[in-house]
Amino acid sequence: MTVRKLREWCIERVIFMSGITSIVIVILIFIFLLKEGLAILGHVGIFQFLFGANWYPISDPPQFGAFPLILGSVLVTLGAAAISVPLGVASALYIAEIAPKKTKEILKAGIELLAAIPSVVIGFIGMVTLGPVIKLIFGLPTGLTALTGSITLAFMAMPTIVSIAEDAITAVPRQYREAAAAMGATTWQTTWRVIAYAARPGMLAAVMLGIGRVIGETMAVMMVTGNAALIPHSILQPVRTLTATIAAEMGETVQGGDHYAALFAIGIVLFVITFAINGVAELYLHRTTRR
Amino acid sequence: MNVRTQQRIAVGFLFFCTVLVVLPVLVILGIITYKGFSALSFEFIFGMPKSGMNAGGIFPALLGTIYLVTGAILFAVPLGVLSAIYLVEYSRDNAISRLIKLAIVNLAGVPSVVYGLFGLGVFVVFLGFGVSILSGSLTLGIMILPVIITASREALESVPQSFRIVSLSLGASRWQTIRHAVLPHALPGILTGTILGLGRAAGETAPILFTVAAFYLPRLPESVFDQTMALPYHLYVISTQVPGIREDFRFGTALVLLLLVLILNFAAIILRYRFRKKKRW
Repeated sequence: MTVRKLREWCIERVIFMSGITSIVIVILIFIFLLKEGLAILGHVGIFQFLFGANWYPISDPPQFGAFPLILGSVLVTLGAAAISVPLGVASALYIAEIAPKKTKEILKAGIELLAAIPSVVIGFIGMVTLGPVIKLIFGLPTGLTALTGSITLAFMAMPTIVSIAEDAITAVPRQYREAAAAMGATTWQTTWRVIAYAARPGMLAAVMLGIGRVIGETMAVMMVTGNAALIPHSILQPVRTLTATIAAEMGETVQGGDHYAALFAIGIVLFVITFAINGVAELYLHRTTRR
Repeated sequence: MNVRTQQRIAVGFLFFCTVLVVLPVLVILGIITYKGFSALSFEFIFGMPKSGMNAGGIFPALLGTIYLVTGAILFAVPLGVLSAIYLVEYSRDNAISRLIKLAIVNLAGVPSVVYGLFGLGVFVVFLGFGVSILSGSLTLGIMILPVIITASREALESVPQSFRIVSLSLGASRWQTIRHAVLPHALPGILTGTILGLGRAAGETAPILFTVAAFYLPRLPESVFDQTMALPYHLYVISTQVPGIREDFRFGTALVLLLLVLILNFAAIILRYRFRKKKRW
């Protein structure tokens, strides 16, 4: 083998190894979460961990029922989806189909700007501006509630939803628009009945990725939801999400202890949820590009 | 209802929705600039925090963030670019390349706090780096890896196939072709992705919570095994963990963080714009 061939061979090996790092990292994340978190599931039992109603990690004896946290995440996420899905899809339709070119550029820059703002900054602003407003409107003892979290997160999901939905809308073939126009449809009729209909798979993917973003969001949600690990009865109560629990409690745990393991177990739950959401969204994304 | 009226109402409604989405961005920027601007001074940016963070400056946090971001980039850029080269230049459309693409999509969707857990489990505990700049940088680096790979892939794919064919036909090897005929043309795109990754890493808090961030440490770190303060974590601490911090300090910190991130993003946008204009093929 010549020197040149040997060199090529070595370089190719290195590049191949780098190529598969993503797979290795995904597997490593899963292994390490399991390694640190599986012990607690053995102690408490998976069913008791997922559906136990009490999360009292530092009382004696400690109780590790993650159900209030799961409900907290679900409540905040549903609220955020209820706000961000209609608004996001409407904006995507406006930006892709109706806005004149200049307006379009400005709006897209605005959305990109929103995506760039760090979550801790959004959480801070939500805390000092939105919180007091919610408190005042509903006459609550605190403005840091599930609703505050939902509104804050809705805006954090917006860039994902709008930009991916917009891509899906833009990918609809031009003939669809021309055919609709030729039959006398107005812009709105075309946009709503033809374009939006044709772009459904991509828009569904956009919504799912947005929701994935919301479930995984940590800092902002921790700062604005009030952090009460109790089963919520209304959207106007403080809640604590899965992500916020990990972030807020890891500092107080003893490494290798039950509480430490329980937080890793929550990490497993989060990892599995986001993995499923992203996998399914990817399937739908491909459906639009193939057409 | 008349079709024209219907059209006007519908378009008006869509416009209204779009405004609702974009307006809060301006409100956020406005409030932070308005309330934080008075705090900005030479001492605030280059001074040490004093008397329980209620006086002095934020320099250790700012510097800490710069260290962390630099470390993350040093780790993620070589790995990410090589990974993209594998996907674009070497792999065929087979099971492995599809698996890699799926892994990248999923990495991009993993919650940032789960990266924090991973960093804690692997770098802090398993590899024994402790709570340190090294652990934090590596955690952030892994988090931005999907950003770098995706941007590099797009940049490599935009280089015309004919460049490669000509180079190969002149007798260059595969690696020589990539190194001399493809990479130079993909560089601006890769750089854009790198800067976007920088911005993302600078603003993230959750991955550094358990891997590096110090609550209050009014001195500068001396080695990669030191803890450090970091700007986003500092904002979190002074706005939720310590009561009674001066309001202009909290907004001032938010403003510095926001400026840092926005400047990086604008740099990326300008670079991308100029690159597109200059493209000759």
